[in-house]
Amino acid sequence: MNVTLRIWRQANASAKGQMVTYQVQDVSKDMSFLEMLDMLNEQLSVSGEEPVAFDHDCREGICGMCGVVINGLAHGGAQTTTCQLHMRHFEDGAVIDIEPWRAGSFPVIKDLVVDRTAFDRIIQAGGFISSNTGSAPDAHAAPVGKLQADRAFDAATCIGCGACVAACPNGSAMLFTSAKITHLAMLPQGQPERYLRVKSMVAQHDEEGFGGCTNIGECAAVCPKQIPLDVISQLNRDLIASLFKKDGK
Amino acid sequence: MSEKSRTKKIVDDTISAALGVIPDEPGAADPSFDAPVSGHDTGLADYYIVGAEIGDTKAKTDLPVEQIWSQRKFDAKLVNPANRRKLTVIIVGTGLAGGAAAASLGEAGYNVLNFCYQDTPRRAHSIAAQGGINAAKNYRNDNDSTYRLFYDTVKGGDYRARETNVYRLAEVSANIIDQCVAQGVPFAREYGGLLDTRSFGGVQVQRTFYARGQTGQQLLIGAYQQLERQVKAGTVKMFPRHEMMELIVSDGRARGIVSRDMVTGAVEPHVADVVVLATGGYGNVFFLSTNAMGCNVTAGWRAHRKGAYFGNPCYTQIHPTCIPVHGESQSKLTLMSESLRNDGRIWVPKRAEDCDKEPTAIAEEDRDYYLERIYPAFGNLVPRDIASRQAKNMCDEGRGVGPLVKELDDQGNVKMVRRGVYLDFADAIKRLGEDKVRASYGNLFDMYAQITGENPYKVPMRIYPAVHYTMGGVWVDYDLMTSIPGLYVAGEANFSDHGANRLGASALMQGLADGYFVLPNTINDYLADATKHGGIKLDDPAVVEAVADVQGRIDKLLAINGTRTVDSFHKELGRIMWEYCGMERTEEGLKLAISKIRALREEFWTNVKVTGVNEDFNQTLERAGRVADFMELGELMCVDALHRRESCGGHFRAESQTEDGEALRHDDQFLYVAAWEFAGTGAKPILHKEPLVYKAIELKQRSYK
Repeated sequence: MNVTLRIWRQANASAKGQMVTYQVQDVSKDMSFLEMLDMLNEQLSVSGEEPVAFDHDCREGICGMCGVVINGLAHGGAQTTTCQLHMRHFEDGAVIDIEPWRAGSFPVIKDLVVDRTAFDRIIQAGGFISSNTGSAPDAHAAPVGKLQADRAFDAATCIGCGACVAACPNGSAMLFTSAKITHLAMLPQGQPERYLRVKSMVAQHDEEGFGGCTNIGECAAVCPKQIPLDVISQLNRDLIASLFKKDGK
Repeated sequence: MSEKSRTKKIVDDTISAALGVIPDEPGAADPSFDAPVSGHDTGLADYYIVGAEIGDTKAKTDLPVEQIWSQRKFDAKLVNPANRRKLTVIIVGTGLAGGAAAASLGEAGYNVLNFCYQDTPRRAHSIAAQGGINAAKNYRNDNDSTYRLFYDTVKGGDYRARETNVYRLAEVSANIIDQCVAQGVPFAREYGGLLDTRSFGGVQVQRTFYARGQTGQQLLIGAYQQLERQVKAGTVKMFPRHEMMELIVSDGRARGIVSRDMVTGAVEPHVADVVVLATGGYGNVFFLSTNAMGCNVTAGWRAHRKGAYFGNPCYTQIHPTCIPVHGESQSKLTLMSESLRNDGRIWVPKRAEDCDKEPTAIAEEDRDYYLERIYPAFGNLVPRDIASRQAKNMCDEGRGVGPLVKELDDQGNVKMVRRGVYLDFADAIKRLGEDKVRASYGNLFDMYAQITGENPYKVPMRIYPAVHYTMGGVWVDYDLMTSIPGLYVAGEANFSDHGANRLGASALMQGLADGYFVLPNTINDYLADATKHGGIKLDDPAVVEAVADVQGRIDKLLAINGTRTVDSFHKELGRIMWEYCGMERTEEGLKLAISKIRALREEFWTNVKVTGVNEDFNQTLERAGRVADFMELGELMCVDALHRRESCGGHFRAESQTEDGEALRHDDQFLYVAAWEFAGTGAKPILHKEPLVYKAIELKQRSYK
């Protein structure tokens, strides 16, 4: 199959970007979307042009490094990571628009690559359980009910790709933040810091310039790990509760 | 719980892979080589030089094995907490080993500088591990113990690992689970709230802890959270999107690294009192592997060039159940759990002319269930290396299935080959019903369907082996220190714990053992004397020279401006490695491979085309540097494979097999670690042998009869 790509090219953070059109021929339907981009880049390299920069690493849907907006939808809207999207999802002759995540808190570094270090700073604000190496009690010291353990797991599967932010009309990172809140709030080990955690993480979320959540749900609709929207309710509940807790300061 | 997660959950609860069982045959003597070779210099003197024997001096091997670690921890010199913040530790890599070490050493109060090439430490490739993590907890009351985990690991490694290291690994395994649970790692649990475990990788006890099929992800996120906590506390400084380009060695000691900022291209030195590399495996030397695209050997290789010995580079693990290559544009391979072999039957058409037919149109009598035919006792459950090798044999015979893929033969002629065999669930569906099969394997079938676009409930899946893990790595002693004082290597990047083959669910265990419990208790022994070594300034000649070397190399790569792309070189190198240093190795093939790699390397340095400039986000330049190092490593892997004229673990030499085609070890000649010293570009490497002494365990030969 042949496809026409319209790709956002931007030389660096301060440069002005623009959409540039490329043709790629003889694309196999079995190729992944990123392999199709590899093919374009081989073409560009051979002709001495600068290849398109894009982030990617594991290419099996778990590291969270890849992610672009495809035809207006984060990861192409198929609830997978971009690396797990395959060309059979497109028609022969398709015109495909490819853009970086669009959010003020994710500045573009080059072409399709953005800076997502804001996510790390939200985790630094409290997305952990303080437990120094060597200080742990036996793993069976605190049983965890299966339902709680499963809910914690469902939230913990977040890969930090940033699709939720890219999809949100408000540029909010609430799904990401709430996933971590819910993961740790469901576990007995997470209780001592629970209310302090939610306050610090939400404060850092706002500090980074992410927008507020208005329950639109675009985030969960594109999430490659199907993090459920109700984790945001969990965050809101914990945040309100923290106002009445002493250990929430 | 959603339907999808419920299915996933049931799968995780039910998957248990009774694979790769290695029965003992206590009476089996160690058969000697048919045609004895005198030393290893027979015909191979052109390839390497034999140097002095080496050994580990840190473990007190006169003690019983279970006392060695305690004694070492007691003997190791300590660093006063007040002095720790004055000492700087560089850690390259943020996976299970690197991330855990950085967090733990930060907590201990050292000043840690932590580097990774990804945009955040949470993306290191440890994240992709699926199955689980072993620990000798004996929560199942099924006769498990530290000794049994130790025993299984040494045996699984085909008696090519150092027993003191492996015992320690088993010893600290239980602490790892405690630590991870305390961090909030959501391991699978039973209804009573206690941890669930399963049997994995052929062992007969249920010691594998897991978090659905995403154990690596959950363990890594646990370590990452502890790391970020230390970043906030100011003990760890993170350098994401920074690649280590060179090791700085001054007065014979590792004193820092040179990094390249992958956004701005800035080449910068960083100095420290000690350097730790936790940079993962080098499977990408094969181009196609289950590794992430960015995985590379540069950090370890640069250290090797500066004096760190490289241990057993030829030991590679090849996994039999991966999704096959679809065509030339394939960029990586995806692994599926080998539990699929429990119920799936593997076959190819009996006749090559049937290979392009629809599989369902091939009559039962025209199918060759070759594993069941060749190994009637084990059938489809033969160990990984045998399953892999036989799949290759079938495809080499022209009986492979799936799309025709272009390959080059020895003479460089193009040939079209089908690289796949069927893994058929039709019988299982008939026997168990589709629902039951879905409950057990649904998530794997979904993954297969997503990647191939085929429905595995209706059409047999196609599988083919792929490179998965490298047991070889930088040589380290019991303290994980290399032959360069002040340089430590942890996790998959070192050679230490898996011998010639790694057991399932042991990679996560080793990474975390090294990072949480080993390094934080050994590195202090070196750091206690660090003040005596004095500081090192950025204008030190060793620093200036290292920076100039890096800059010179980058300038050279950009100046060549040839006609071939970096990827085309990498793919060609991968083809050579896969063909001659893959599942089956021969003297003739390895010699051919070495000459091909040398020629390719020469062409690379005169004809590669690297676009763009250094002072930019330049992914082509990044790849070029990595491929250049893979070319040198690839040659050493072939030399190592050539010198080891025995079959052991993942290393199969066609010249060393039993009448039944099984791997034949030669303990009389090869019971040692091959530690290679770099002797200069283009010079013959020097082989140092570290004899393996087994005191706590008895040597046995494996057998599948």
